Amino acid sequence: MTTATSTADRSPAPQLRRPLTAARLPRWAPAGIAVLSIALACAIGAGAGLASHLQWGVIAALLFVSISYGVAAKVEGHRQAKDRFFTSLVWTAFVLAVVPLVALLVYTFQQGSSVVDGNFLNHSMRGVLSSGPGGGIYHALLGTLQQVGLATLIAAPIGLLTAVYLVEYGRGRLAAAVTFFVDVMTGIPSIVAGLFILSVWNLALGFDYSGFSGSLALAILMMPVVVRSTEEMLKLVPNELREAAFALGVPKWKTILRVVIPTAIGGITTGVMLAVARITGETAPVLMLVFVSDSINTDPFNGPQMNLPVYIWQQYGYNNQYSYARAWGAALVLIAVVMGLNLIARGIARWRSPKTGH
Amino acid sequence: MTSSPPGVPRETTEASTETSPRRRSSLQGNSRRGDSIFRGASAGSGILLLVIMAAIAGFLIYRSSIAINKDTTSFLTTFEWDPDNIQKPSFGIAVLVFGTLVSAAIAMVIAVPVAIGIALFISHYAPRRIAQPFAYLVDLLAAVPSIIYGLWGALFLVPHLGGLNSWLDHYLGWTYIFKLSHPGAPARSLFTVGILLAIMVLPIITAVSREVFRQVPRMHEEAALALGATRWEMIRTAVLPFGRPGIISASMLGLGRALGETIAVATVLSASNVLSLHLLDAGGGTFAQNIALKFGEAGSVGKDALMASGLVLFVITLLVNGAARMIVARRKEYSGANS
Repeated sequence: MTTATSTADRSPAPQLRRPLTAARLPRWAPAGIAVLSIALACAIGAGAGLASHLQWGVIAALLFVSISYGVAAKVEGHRQAKDRFFTSLVWTAFVLAVVPLVALLVYTFQQGSSVVDGNFLNHSMRGVLSSGPGGGIYHALLGTLQQVGLATLIAAPIGLLTAVYLVEYGRGRLAAAVTFFVDVMTGIPSIVAGLFILSVWNLALGFDYSGFSGSLALAILMMPVVVRSTEEMLKLVPNELREAAFALGVPKWKTILRVVIPTAIGGITTGVMLAVARITGETAPVLMLVFVSDSINTDPFNGPQMNLPVYIWQQYGYNNQYSYARAWGAALVLIAVVMGLNLIARGIARWRSPKTGH
Repeated sequence: MTSSPPGVPRETTEASTETSPRRRSSLQGNSRRGDSIFRGASAGSGILLLVIMAAIAGFLIYRSSIAINKDTTSFLTTFEWDPDNIQKPSFGIAVLVFGTLVSAAIAMVIAVPVAIGIALFISHYAPRRIAQPFAYLVDLLAAVPSIIYGLWGALFLVPHLGGLNSWLDHYLGWTYIFKLSHPGAPARSLFTVGILLAIMVLPIITAVSREVFRQVPRMHEEAALALGATRWEMIRTAVLPFGRPGIISASMLGLGRALGETIAVATVLSASNVLSLHLLDAGGGTFAQNIALKFGEAGSVGKDALMASGLVLFVITLLVNGAARMIVARRKEYSGANS
């Protein structure tokens, strides 16, 4: 439409209106400016003797933003220049974010990959000097597995049932209160959950350090996540399915168990696994409630245990090259576990996402 | 429920009405029991969650009141943390409030603009082939455990921030805030903690804002473009106003995480009970970090004192999260209008 009017207008008043075919920078202009500014930055950096390559990068980015603004303002006009300016800012944000995040992953992998081997995975720290080489994470892996497993056994059913309540039954005040407090609970700092279990389980009821009390705190952290994700998934189940089941005379509880939940099971599994991944990485409450142990303790209900994040924390605290190496090894294993859980969860989500019916 | 719908062939209707009284009663009786059990169980879980929340608040308040009664100095304004002193237990949260708020504020100042940039990049700027995997990567990074951020922060970020610190000291030292009292000391400062927290909350804020930007009605964007707006003008007039509540609540969620972050802060910060506006100097502390650090050696009053500080942290995060939820809830009211 604009094209038509502008071409029609062009013959009577060619000067009044900037034609749509105004001068534009060629498509290769951003790339060219980027190359130019990087070259300039290298020249400036080398000339001024700046040691840090980070500074070179910052100079290059500044040059890129200002040159492209200047050139665009000259050729394309003020508004286009502003557009280009913000485009380059957005790209800068992207690069700025990628740098530390990729650095984190790469650095962990570099440091950890030389440490992780069979010996590291199936030995504990029993009898290993904290300042010496050797030792491994077997006790921590075992502890993580048991504590997270117990927490999931507690939190998943409660979370699932709560979500069912909110979606299928909940009306009125109680449901509103539960919804609100689930939201609030999502934001509880993990250390506060740890303090709560400490005050109830250990101080008021008099239990000692054990893997199980850690699991209780982890379960508190896990419940709201499970409720939230399950709720979203149950809401996606089309109402026609429920109505069809009711029309056949199926009671409500059976409808939920046999129709609604199976339809949403993929999403529910995903949510639970993401929650498991989250609590696997929790350090603070476990440190407080499970304590630390250098040997293998297979009984989560009795005595201190170890846990992967706490192991990293402990080895970091020993403050020597061997313990740092062990910390990086454990960090790599932990990242692998958490990322693995995430990837599997997302795979399930994609594979069995509920059909929404449109 | 069992009344036959219209259009069902007559024979079946008759058959069902003949047998229905008995079958219906048995079926209903059965279903009623099953329903009430199931309903009870699910409502019970919901109530259990409420009870847990109430218990958390109740126990923390109870323990805190014990501790604060024993405190010989003001809980709010004291700098030191010495609750297990038998003659004169004294502890206060002044340093912790300052450290927590300052580090979280630094994190927000850095993370929010960058996160909005990344979210816009994913939703509006990036070529689709990059956008999808990158969104995936951001989601994965949101799941990296905080201890790993802490380890990386302490062993990689701290040594690498020395240059930035001396640069800030050199050019911005006159502002007092960026004055470095001990040049060359490891950068285990609130400023470093703020940067690390920014990196940690970046994926969360990005993920939420990205979802909001995606929900911007296509019509609004196209209308702006059709009026001749450039891409940035379209974003400023259509995307950002629509996404503002979402951005605010995403930032609040990130803020909540930054305030409550424990172990990453504890690994990076070299804590002390000094309240200093020299943000680049090592020292200070945050609520969560203080709890993690002091817990191991705390006696009975010490534990209660830590619970009192935990209660303050709990209330702060509660307020922040509550505000975020309210903004999101308000947004729901008008989001139906633009489908």
